[in-house]
Amino acid sequence: MFAIFLSSGLFLGWSLGANNAADVFGTAVGTRMISFRKAAIYCGIFVILGAVISGAGASRTIGELGAVNAIAGAFVVALAAAVTVYWLTVLGYPASATQAIVGAIIGWDLFAGAMIDYWALEKIVLSWVLSPILAAIFSALLYKLIAYMITHARISMFTLDALTRAGLILAGIAGSYALGANNIANVVGIFVPVSPLADITLLGLFRLSAAQQLFFIGAAAIAVGTFTYGRRVMLTVGEGITEMSPVAALVAVLANALVLFLFASQGLERFLLGFGLPSFPLAPVSSSQTIVGSVIGIALLRGGRGIRWRMLGEITGAWILTPLVAVVISFIALFFLQNVFQQKTFLPVEYRLTAEAENYLKDGGIPTDRLTEMRGKTYPTAAEFEKAVTRYVTLSNREMSLVLSTTEVGPLLMDPRFAYRINDPAITEAQRGAVQRLMGKRFVHRWQLEKALAEESPEWRMETGKKERDREIKRKLDYLFRLIRASMQ
Amino acid sequence: MGEGLLRKKIIGIEKQVDEFLDRVSEAGLLCKNGMDAYLKGNAEAFAMSLASIRESEHQGDKLRRTIEQELYRKTLIPESRGDVMELMEDMDALLDRFTGLIWQFEIEKPEICSEFHDDFRELLRYSVEAVESNVLSCRAFFTDIQAVSNHLHKVSFWEKESDKVSTRLQKAIFAREDLRLSHRMHLRFFAKQVDRIADEAEDVADRLNIYVIKRML
Repeated sequence: MFAIFLSSGLFLGWSLGANNAADVFGTAVGTRMISFRKAAIYCGIFVILGAVISGAGASRTIGELGAVNAIAGAFVVALAAAVTVYWLTVLGYPASATQAIVGAIIGWDLFAGAMIDYWALEKIVLSWVLSPILAAIFSALLYKLIAYMITHARISMFTLDALTRAGLILAGIAGSYALGANNIANVVGIFVPVSPLADITLLGLFRLSAAQQLFFIGAAAIAVGTFTYGRRVMLTVGEGITEMSPVAALVAVLANALVLFLFASQGLERFLLGFGLPSFPLAPVSSSQTIVGSVIGIALLRGGRGIRWRMLGEITGAWILTPLVAVVISFIALFFLQNVFQQKTFLPVEYRLTAEAENYLKDGGIPTDRLTEMRGKTYPTAAEFEKAVTRYVTLSNREMSLVLSTTEVGPLLMDPRFAYRINDPAITEAQRGAVQRLMGKRFVHRWQLEKALAEESPEWRMETGKKERDREIKRKLDYLFRLIRASMQ
Repeated sequence: MGEGLLRKKIIGIEKQVDEFLDRVSEAGLLCKNGMDAYLKGNAEAFAMSLASIRESEHQGDKLRRTIEQELYRKTLIPESRGDVMELMEDMDALLDRFTGLIWQFEIEKPEICSEFHDDFRELLRYSVEAVESNVLSCRAFFTDIQAVSNHLHKVSFWEKESDKVSTRLQKAIFAREDLRLSHRMHLRFFAKQVDRIADEAEDVADRLNIYVIKRML
């Protein structure tokens, strides 16, 4: 059964490899600086290394699919996202796998009547508009700068060719590594807690954890996707939108990396905040969209005459369609799996405004006075709870997300059996000890368990101003909840 | 080590291009020597020039083929590969023109009256200068693209000078009514052969100008 469920994750990995390898090697292959074969080999090797080395530790990256609470549901969500990305790949358009996954999760949310994260949705819409524009500006500026430097450094044709080629390979390798590390959790992350694999030692030298083995399989699927179907989207990015010079190809990937770094770098955020400067919002930016933006930026700088607007229009349309198609496929597939194949695609999650939750929300600045009529009542789905809340008070998307996550009823039973399944090396001894001390207890809300853990050990405690550390704790908590959920199923 | 390997690879192809252009430049000088020896009636020196220019042509062909193969085999400069190949072919054609001219002297043995010697020498000098400016433009195209224009405009200058001398020489040839028409036409043919080298050099320069625009960042 595990193998069947995993197959959709691997299909998603394959689609991702076929589509997103173009973000890192598309311009290099499109300008004929690197052959497709060579690019696919580099991409495959470094995607696998990135996934196994930096993607390791299931708690470190939980992936978007972490929200889905039943394995059959996760199977459908991954399948819906994979079909969407596959469809766009066949058409030759660069697509965002993350957006396809989020779309598929919304389909699941709608089907299960679960909480829709409007806050995440807002970010996605913002990233559609913002990231290509920013990438275009960055690439145009970077192109100007590099062109000025090359012109004044009097670099010979063959030296420039060799340097550009080396730059494209290095950028491609780094991009592939990041592709593996960042996306592997979306491909197989959800299957880690239910994996039957055991840790193995290779030749008595390397120890591969169960998660790493799963990550290796997922990354291999990405690599196979690049090899078997990656060429088409690469050529769309590298020559379909506009003709590019090799220097422009390099500038496009560098600008792409720069934009992704600016939007993902916690270090840079800390640095800017440390000097009292405004920082870039840390938002999920799609590399498919930024690379297209980068290519367009350079083309516009050169007058924009070479841009194939029709192709660009089609790509933009495909971006808008990505999450919508994923929602529809996911919803329909869930309906079939649940009603025809009798599979449990979601665990019903109830919502209740308990006295504890009310106090917690009050502390968070939410006006709960107007919600008195809801006290103690149990709502079977997030959608119904949300409807009831909006009857009494108007909340922003962010506030609504907080209300829903606070009133969500677990229940979480700390069963001693699940403790043995904590095999993530990132979870410290002190954190493990805190979990052990809570064995046998039952919590109504997730945040109550978080609070109890924080009281047990300072290593579970979030502190304001330490964003990176807090994110790490949050990832570990997500991992823990998934384990508890898996042990209760 | 990687950097060293990269450097070695670059130097290899750059050196071959340089050597090829040396051969083109050398062929012009040898052609000048050859014609000079022919006009002076020095058969031995002429034969030596012919042998040398044949060797230059042979080496030039070999280098051009090696460069073209290298460009394709190592997929170098993909965006300019076609242009560079065309440029190599064009420069090789100029080299062949010099060789062909000396061969024609050897085969047809034209009777050139002494009063036309200086004009023939001048005409060839301008053609060689035009090709030489082309060679310098080509070197700049590979090493410092900004400097191409410093040499390219000179090609047109030498071509115009060559046209002037060619017209003057042909007029002088046909003014000699004491010569048979066939003799006059034979001399005219040689004058035009020399002048054509400068014309072709100008055509190559025009194409090179486009290649430079295409490579501008």
